Amino acid sequence: MNFRTFAAFVGPSVFMMLLFIAFPLISVFKQSFYVTQPIYETVEVETCTPGFLTQTCVTETVSQPQLDEEGKVIMQTQYVGLESYRNVLEPERAWRAISEGSWNVLSTINFWKALRFTLTFTLITLPLVIVCGLGIAVLINNAAQAIKGPVIFISLLPFIITPVIGVLSVNWLFRGDGILTALLEWWLNRDIALFAQAWTIEVLMMLYRVWHVAPFAAIVFYAGLQTVNQDSLESAVIDGATRWQRMKYIVIPHLMPLIIFVSMIHLMDSYRVFEEIVGFASQGYVISLQWLTYDFLVPDQAGNRSISRASASAMLTMIGIAILLIFPLRRTWRDHKGGH
Amino acid sequence: MSSRALRQPLSLRLTSNIFLAFWCIVAIFPIFWITVMSFKSPVDAFDGNALNVIFGPATLANGKGISLLDIILGIGVIWGTIALVTKKMPGMIKAYSKEGQEWFGWVIGILAAVVAFLIVFFVILPAILSILNPLFGPLGRDILGLTTEHYKTVWIDRGFSNNFKNSLIVTTGVVVLSLSVGTLAGYGLARSGSTLAFWLLIVALIFRALPPSALVASYLPVFISSSEWLAPILGENAPTLYGKPFAVIAVLVAINQPFTIWMLRSFFQNIPAELDEAARVDGCNHFQAFRRVIMPVMWPGVITTGLFSFLLAYNDILVTSLLLDAQNQTMVPAIVGMFNRETTTTDQVVAVAAAVSITAPLIFLVLIFQRQIVSGLTAGAVKG
Repeated sequence: MNFRTFAAFVGPSVFMMLLFIAFPLISVFKQSFYVTQPIYETVEVETCTPGFLTQTCVTETVSQPQLDEEGKVIMQTQYVGLESYRNVLEPERAWRAISEGSWNVLSTINFWKALRFTLTFTLITLPLVIVCGLGIAVLINNAAQAIKGPVIFISLLPFIITPVIGVLSVNWLFRGDGILTALLEWWLNRDIALFAQAWTIEVLMMLYRVWHVAPFAAIVFYAGLQTVNQDSLESAVIDGATRWQRMKYIVIPHLMPLIIFVSMIHLMDSYRVFEEIVGFASQGYVISLQWLTYDFLVPDQAGNRSISRASASAMLTMIGIAILLIFPLRRTWRDHKGGH
Repeated sequence: MSSRALRQPLSLRLTSNIFLAFWCIVAIFPIFWITVMSFKSPVDAFDGNALNVIFGPATLANGKGISLLDIILGIGVIWGTIALVTKKMPGMIKAYSKEGQEWFGWVIGILAAVVAFLIVFFVILPAILSILNPLFGPLGRDILGLTTEHYKTVWIDRGFSNNFKNSLIVTTGVVVLSLSVGTLAGYGLARSGSTLAFWLLIVALIFRALPPSALVASYLPVFISSSEWLAPILGENAPTLYGKPFAVIAVLVAINQPFTIWMLRSFFQNIPAELDEAARVDGCNHFQAFRRVIMPVMWPGVITTGLFSFLLAYNDILVTSLLLDAQNQTMVPAIVGMFNRETTTTDQVVAVAAAVSITAPLIFLVLIFQRQIVSGLTAGAVKG
C-alpha cells in the first residue's frame, strides 16, 4: 500500500483526532498559563435612602466588572504564568503540611486529596480485579457446558451497565436504611452510617469498581484458558503436580500477557475514576482528579467556569498518565523493533 | 474436561459451582433489586426488610397489586412472545422477504413483534384480566404489590422521553460516524506495515489514556464563543456549538476513535490479506478491493465495534453533561440530576424507575449480541 492510498484511508480519522484531541491538548496547555476574566473597576457609589428632613447618603467604593457599549461584560485574557498551577497545588500550604507531617492539613487541599484517593483507588482495585477475574474465569471454565452461556450472560451485566447507573444502584442498596445496610446492621448488631465518613464510601466505591470490571477480566482470561495446552497440563498431572502447582506453573504463565493487558486497561480507566464520585454524590468526602477538573468546569453560582484552573489540573492529571504509559509504550516499542 | 487424568473430584466441582452461583447472585443482585424497587411505592421500596420490598404490602394497601392469575397469564404471554420470536419468526422472515434483503425483513419483523407484544400485554391482557379476576376467587385476589406509576411519572410528567430522544440522536450519530471513519482507518492500518502506521497506533494508544475532562476543558471556551469566531466564515448564521448535539457527536467520535481503530484493525488483520491481493490481481484498486471484497466479510467486526461505540455514547456523562444545555440533555446526566435534586423518597423511586428504564435496553443488547461482545472484549487482548 503506497503512502497516498494509506493517507486516503486514515485521513478522516487522523483529521478528527488532530482536530478534537491533539489540538485541544495544546490549547489546554496554553490555557493553563492564561486567565480570562472580566476587568474590574473601582467606582464610588452613593446610595441614598430617604430620611427625615434630609436624605441619608452613604458613599462606598465597589469593584464591579466594566461593561462595553452593549452592556456586556468586557473580558480580558491575561498571561499569569504558573499562577493557576499554584492555585491548584497550593505549594506553600502543602509544603508546610508535609514538613509538619500533618496529613489532615494536606488533605484539606483539594488537589492532594484527589491525588491520594485516585492513587489508592487505582492500586487497591488492580489486584482485586485481577484475582476476582481469574477466579471467575476458572469457575466458568469448570462449569458444565450447558450453563456456560447463561453464566457469561449474567457476568456481562455488571460490565455492560451504564457506570453511573451501576454506582447509583449500589448506592440505593446502601443509602439510609437500604437493604444491605439493614442486613449489615442486623449482622453486626450496631448502627451503621456508611455515608457519614470517607473511608466507608471509598470501600463501597472500590467494591463497585471490582464488581464492574471483574467480568471484563474474567471474559478475557476465560478466552485465554481455552488455549492452555492440555498436553502440558496432563503431563504435569503425571509428574505429580497438585492443582495449585499446575495453576501456578502452567496456567498463570500462559495467561501472563493477558494479565498485563487487563492491568494496563484497568490502570488507565481507574486513574480516570469519575462516575463513582458522581453516583455516590461523595464530593464532600472523597474526590478524584478527574472530578476536580470537572468541578472547575461546572459553572459556579455566578455562572463563571474556572477554565484556567481546570486546564492546570488537567495538565497535572496527565503527568500521572504519562508515567503510567511509559511501561506499555516501551514494551510495544521493543516488540515493534523485534518484529522488523 | 476430555481427559480422564484431568477429571475433578465431585467435591471440587461442587465447591466450584457453589462459588459460581454466588458470583452470579452478586453480579445480578443490584440490577434485580433496583428493578424490584422501581415497581413499589416509596414506603416499600426503601424498606429495611427485604420481604417487604419484594411483596410490597404498602403498595398493596394502596390498591396497586397483581393477583396470582395476573402473574401466570403475564408470564405466559412473555414466554409465548419469546417462543414465537425465536422459533417462528426466522422462518417467516426467510419466506416473505426478498433475496438479499433479509435485514429489512428482520427490522419489520422485530418492530411488529414489539408492537404486538405491547398491545397484548398492556391493552388486551388487562381487559381480559379485569373480567377474569373476580371469577376466580382466591386466585384472582391481589397478592403482590406492584405499581407502574413511577414509570408514568418519569416518562410522561418529567419529560424523560425528551432526554431519550436526545440520547437517541447522540448515540446514532456517534455509532454511524465513528464506524464509517474508523473502518477506513482500521483497514488502512491493518494493511500497511509502515512505520508511520505504527506511530499512528502508538499515538492513538496515548490518546486512549487521556481523561476526557482535559479535552472538555479546551472545548468549552471555544464552543461557547463559537458564534463569534465562526462569524467571519459563516456570516450571520454562525452557530454556538455549545449545547448542540452535533458538536457533542463530533467530540465523542473523536474521543472514541483511538479505541475504534485499534479494535477494527485487529479484526481486519484476521481477514487474510490474500483476499484483497486476489482482488488487486483481478484489476481492483485498493478502494474497490475494500468495497467489493472486504466489506462483505467485515460485518462481524463492524457490528462488534459498533456495539462498543454505542456503549460509549450511551453511557457517557462527563462530555454530555458539560457540553449540552438543559433542553438537549441526554438520559444519564438527567438521571443524575434527578437523583441529586430530589429529596423525598417518592422522587428517589422515580429516579430508580428512570435508571431501570435506561438499563433495560442494555440487557436486551447483551441478550442479542452476547457473542459479539465477548469477541470484542477478547479481540484486542488475545491477538496482542
